[in-house]
Amino acid sequence: MLRRPLLFAVPAVVWMAVFFVAPFILLILFSFWRIEDQQLVREFGLQNYERILGQGPYAVSVLRSIQVALVSTLLSCLVAYPVAYLLAFKVQSRLARLFLVLALLPFWTSYLVRSYSWLLVLGQSGVVNTALLNTGLISEPLKIAYTKWATIIGFVHFFSMLMLVTIFAALVKIPKSYRLAAADLGASAVSTFVRVILPLSAPGLLTGAFLCFVLAIGDFATPQILGGGQEMLLSQTAMLFMQRNFDYTATAAASVIMMGLILIVYLVIGRWLRLERI
Amino acid sequence: MIASWLRIFGLAGSALVLLGYLIFVYLPVGVLILYSFQDGSVPLPPFRGFSTRWYAEIFSDNRLMAAIWRSGLLAVSSAFLATVLAFGAAYAAVKSTGVNKAVLNWLMITPLTVSYLVLGLGLLLTLQWVGLSRSIWSLLMGHVVISIPISFLIISSQLGRYLETFERAAADLGASPLKTLVFVVAPISAPSLVASFFISLTTSWDEFVMAFLLTRFDTTLPVEIWAMLRRGLQPTTNAVGTLVFAVSLGTILILEVCWTLWNRQNKSAEMDR
Repeated sequence: MLRRPLLFAVPAVVWMAVFFVAPFILLILFSFWRIEDQQLVREFGLQNYERILGQGPYAVSVLRSIQVALVSTLLSCLVAYPVAYLLAFKVQSRLARLFLVLALLPFWTSYLVRSYSWLLVLGQSGVVNTALLNTGLISEPLKIAYTKWATIIGFVHFFSMLMLVTIFAALVKIPKSYRLAAADLGASAVSTFVRVILPLSAPGLLTGAFLCFVLAIGDFATPQILGGGQEMLLSQTAMLFMQRNFDYTATAAASVIMMGLILIVYLVIGRWLRLERI
Repeated sequence: MIASWLRIFGLAGSALVLLGYLIFVYLPVGVLILYSFQDGSVPLPPFRGFSTRWYAEIFSDNRLMAAIWRSGLLAVSSAFLATVLAFGAAYAAVKSTGVNKAVLNWLMITPLTVSYLVLGLGLLLTLQWVGLSRSIWSLLMGHVVISIPISFLIISSQLGRYLETFERAAADLGASPLKTLVFVVAPISAPSLVASFFISLTTSWDEFVMAFLLTRFDTTLPVEIWAMLRRGLQPTTNAVGTLVFAVSLGTILILEVCWTLWNRQNKSAEMDR
């Protein structure tokens, strides 16, 4: 009787094995092979990795991906935390939930279109530049669109919504008695925050941040729309190999590198993560 | 005196932070919606006047309409499959211990850490290896893979400890494990099942990278939107975005209303007892 329950997982396990594990293994295999004269050559070699990580234009994209991902994640946390804090502790529960619903509504636009709409805001003839020019604050339009900063802004826009929900959920779980106890023991608001609230919200914060990092490393759409072709990220490099050279072995290698980056970050902060508690 | 000034300062500061964030969040969306009604060919300032011709253009675009239809079907199918599979897995995970449980959890949750680009590429390579061509069916496989982790997490978090009581009662009444699962556990888990279905729905509906890699002629809406984006800044793109937004909002509103009505019905049923 007790053995039976495990059987219910069989469909899911089979599905994952066939459509997740197997493709993953295949991807790793492909990354060591190469394409010659449009034919797949199944010989083990590190040429793809050398090409991407060695001298040449592609290594920069790896570094840039790490930079953009880290900056976007950090900024999103910095933007979302104060808002979440205010909502969790300083605003009435009902009002706070209403605000959350409002703040998350833009999440329901298409992801692509949302990135696109930042072009309308940040472009040379966009809303920001037009406003700044009209008020005379600047004499020439700022070049924000089609740079990595536009990509970062696009990421922060999306990630801050994710982090807001994550951090809010974590903060709300902190019993009020803890804060009252801290105050009883003479802690100021700042001290309470640093020594009680922040550590208690850390697992949720880190888990959310980790997920944002994963999204940032792997995202192809936002950098392609907002970042232009000048300052490419690793995801764009990966797609480039496939679309321009039809070299999917190089694309596979780029993907493995992406997963490697994520793995490194996971190993570093893994012990604080609680993915099950999302 | 100073205390009250500090309080006002704090209040104003808080309001500023909250308002500021809302402005940041709504800025691109507001611009999007506004310029979808632009009476001019460029969705940029200045706003020249009100026109709905871009919406008319979208509705007469058959290719776009077909893509929307396909996206919808794909979303519903992948959400349904993911929820059913994740439900079985979550139930098994909750009931198992030790290595079994750990492996199962790992297998179901890890795909969360794998980027869609990587997953899509893996599937694409698999297709080539096996000799199949790209199609919306391969995309279905991929979408279920990305939807299972979150569904698994949602459902397993709601399978409580009181579960055993119901299971024993069902067993006492002669139900097989399968019957227990379908007729007892599932109804109890209904909220989490609905939630996972809904989240899987939205995940699939809006997913771009895998759709881009795995479909060719039977494209989904995001892929079509991508093609539109390639044409530069156009009000028709704004219109599509606004429409998607409106439909999503409408769906949420309907769900909210249904949820509230269902709750009210349940409450009155409880009071009748």
